[in-house]
Amino acid sequence: MKLDLILRVATKLLCPFILLFALYVQFHGDYGPGGGFQAGVIAAAMVILYAITYGLEPAKRAVPPAIAQAMIPLGVLIFAGTGVATMLLGDNFLAYNALDHHSPVHGQHLGILLVELGVLVTVAGTMVAVFYAFAGRGR
Amino acid sequence: MSEWFPELLSWPFLAAGAFFYLVGSIGLVRMPDVYTRMHATSVSDTFGAALLLIGMMITAGLSLVTAKLFVIFLIILFTGPVATHALARAARYAKVKPVLHKPEGKSSSKP
Repeated sequence: MKLDLILRVATKLLCPFILLFALYVQFHGDYGPGGGFQAGVIAAAMVILYAITYGLEPAKRAVPPAIAQAMIPLGVLIFAGTGVATMLLGDNFLAYNALDHHSPVHGQHLGILLVELGVLVTVAGTMVAVFYAFAGRGR
Repeated sequence: MSEWFPELLSWPFLAAGAFFYLVGSIGLVRMPDVYTRMHATSVSDTFGAALLLIGMMITAGLSLVTAKLFVIFLIILFTGPVATHALARAARYAKVKPVLHKPEGKSSSKP
């Protein structure tokens, strides 16, 4: 590898802040622009930036492809599981009001949070898995 | 007094930021090759964005928006030069030759 010292140090410094921004976008999605999809893309972009700067193998050590591929169905499971949980609690599929007996508004907040978490997990896993699949071609 | 003072203070910053962006854009169009174009845009881009953000911070007053703008300011100051550095290195590794000044008497390739 060439000595891309400045890029390496800058990437190392930026990565935690990119992940923090992804979480900010994720949890701010209830009140403003943002949400699970954007947060997932930002989190995956951090992994891709790391892979571009440090090489594919270190990135695969940090985020193994098996985990990235397992995240894809896991997010769908969280999303659908929220819906099934509301059904088991005696309401319609994805009717968040049933998640909290005392206050429907709290239930809605919790439901949105869980569903967006599922979207985040799936989107981040898909983006990283697609990147690994393309970057690993011809090796 | 307190109504128009932040506005008045922020206007020079916003105007200066817009001016730097304008100069950078003109440089991007007018310069002959990669390195000089980068030279024109990188500094003015970082500095123009910084000035615009300072102007916006003065307009926003002391609030959460100012804190967010300050974080954006720091990130732009940090990432702009790094991106320029990466681009310049990539151009050098791709063996892009800078357009050099031709000696008198020969016709140059670029006007």
